[in-house]
Amino acid sequence: MKRSLKALVAGFALLCSVNVAQAADIKIGTFLAVTGPASFLGDPELKTLQMYVDKINSEGGVIGKKLKLIHYDTGANPKKAVNFAKRLIKKDRVDVIVGASTSGTTMAVIPIVQKAKIPFISMAGSVKIIEPVKKWVFKTPHTDKMAARKIFLDMNKRGIKKVGLISGSGGFGKSGRSQVLALASEYGLTITADESYGKKDTDMTAQLSKIRATNPDAILNFGFGSGPAIVTKNVRQLGIKLPIYQSHGVASKKYIKLAGSAAEGVRLPAASLLVASKLPGSHPQKKVIQAYKSSFEAKHGPVSTFGGHAYDALYLAVEAIKRAGTVNKAKVRDEIEKTKNFLGAGGIFNMSKRDHLGLGLDAFKMLEIKNGDWSIVE
Amino acid sequence: MSDVLLQSLITGITIGSAYALVGLGFAIIFNVSDVVNFAQGEFVMVGAMSAVSLLAVGTPFVLALFLALIVVVCIGLILEKFAIEPAKSATVVSTIIITIGASIFLRGLALLIWGKDFHSLPAFSGETPIHLGSATITPQSLWVMGITAILVYLVHLFFNRTITGKALLACSANPIAASLIGIPVKRMMLFAYGLSALLGGAAGVLIAPIAFTSYDAGMMLGLKGFAAAILGGLGNPMGAVAGGVLLGVLESLGAGLISSGYKDAIAFVILLLVLFFKPQGFFGRAGEERV
Repeated sequence: MKRSLKALVAGFALLCSVNVAQAADIKIGTFLAVTGPASFLGDPELKTLQMYVDKINSEGGVIGKKLKLIHYDTGANPKKAVNFAKRLIKKDRVDVIVGASTSGTTMAVIPIVQKAKIPFISMAGSVKIIEPVKKWVFKTPHTDKMAARKIFLDMNKRGIKKVGLISGSGGFGKSGRSQVLALASEYGLTITADESYGKKDTDMTAQLSKIRATNPDAILNFGFGSGPAIVTKNVRQLGIKLPIYQSHGVASKKYIKLAGSAAEGVRLPAASLLVASKLPGSHPQKKVIQAYKSSFEAKHGPVSTFGGHAYDALYLAVEAIKRAGTVNKAKVRDEIEKTKNFLGAGGIFNMSKRDHLGLGLDAFKMLEIKNGDWSIVE
Repeated sequence: MSDVLLQSLITGITIGSAYALVGLGFAIIFNVSDVVNFAQGEFVMVGAMSAVSLLAVGTPFVLALFLALIVVVCIGLILEKFAIEPAKSATVVSTIIITIGASIFLRGLALLIWGKDFHSLPAFSGETPIHLGSATITPQSLWVMGITAILVYLVHLFFNRTITGKALLACSANPIAASLIGIPVKRMMLFAYGLSALLGGAAGVLIAPIAFTSYDAGMMLGLKGFAAAILGGLGNPMGAVAGGVLLGVLESLGAGLISSGYKDAIAFVILLLVLFFKPQGFFGRAGEERV
């Protein structure tokens, strides 16, 4: 009896000491779609976070403390995202959340982080995440609104007047669709058709022949995953020779691989990261991008822009903690909002009270797919 | 409008053919054992994925397809031998739950082996579309329709003209009586699973050049195939085929003529209506009760 009591006390002491050691860490919570339909986002994002958390720790950590990454896999399911966000806040007691691969999961957790008053940097595309501005919510990827503007500018240059729109029915596609519909008239464009497809649909020829019947000058597809590749193939299978525009949602080599020769001539706006080696040496981001690209590729194979969003999110948080000198949530939030001239993988960030993204249209490059590779238009 | 109609029909029949093959697999196993095999969709995925891997290591195209089918058949046989057969005294519902478990297991295994990426198979004979008036059809669509038709005809012949096929039907009618007249019921079950896996795998390699494949591609195809089998009347193989083609065409017409947003809803509303007014399906035998 006595011995077991001693063991119990010893065990309790040990437990306490472990707790103390953990409390000294800076806890970074994340929930990403590492599996499921958006795994091509979550997978490079998680790899990036792990890689740079290790790197920062090996260089002595931040404000004298080690970083600790706590991760949950959402499979792009908003319900799971809500549960994991609650767990990160209440049980793991993290200091800052960088995470959410998709717009759907991000939007679902916004009420929770706002209530818990914890800084949250999202890696999802939709402009709705930061418009209207939410006090505790930031994001790193370019918005669909910016993508739509960039695409429309290019269409104006090519003399395209009528656009047939087809979008995915997920959060990204829906949000992109509403931006396209809202902005088209500003650029003198008419949307002749407005079609959609489901996340796991395998054939879009029915929608595309409907679009063809409306005689557009170009086809614009907003979506991610396998959908845009099927759309691209189907367009060419139907013998439609119109120019195709894709969104930044397909900015990865996998899209070219899946769509094959049908992807030739497709144009899309994307971050400079995708064409790192083709950038001029004077480009201010070149150094950051090259460093990220080479360290990611040394470990995990071809880089995608999505991992870059995770890099930006992590470093925005880390830099803010450094400037604040504490993990006090309100102070860290204020510092994130004060971010100026931060050179990230996605562009140069200048945040403000009214802009929780801080990227300009110049963060996007218009690319065209030529011979199975990206090339810069402009 | 007529070209949209024609194009929707072509698309619908192509996708419907894949649903038909999956539905046929459901119907065969249901026929023999009253069990709905929810791992049917995973057969489709494994077929396509194996073919992708075999091609990647340099196997000649046709050989890769055949080897992929053999892999799927083996998985079907293993599933029956090591998961279904040991539980032969279990109720039908328990067996169905076993197949759901098997499907989750196969999906997990595929995730470990092939990762999370989408994969694509090259088309069997080029990608130059053939023009039919204002609509187009890809050579791959013709392959899908043609091979499906041949497979369905062979299965039909098998059930109606061969002793093995009739023995299989006998097992479904009354397993005890079947074993009394000397039909090896156990082996027949094994055979049914092998055949279903073969059909699923065939659907997989046929549809992969059009629809791509990933570790979770079987889930959706499995569901649609199940809906096809219900639509046609569970347990009626030819009904499942008709149900599959019908489902594909309905989806595609829904997308082309009404609204692409409600495509799946249209197909499933029709499925619900059929279940309300004709619960035995279009081609199912009414009020059938096995004693």
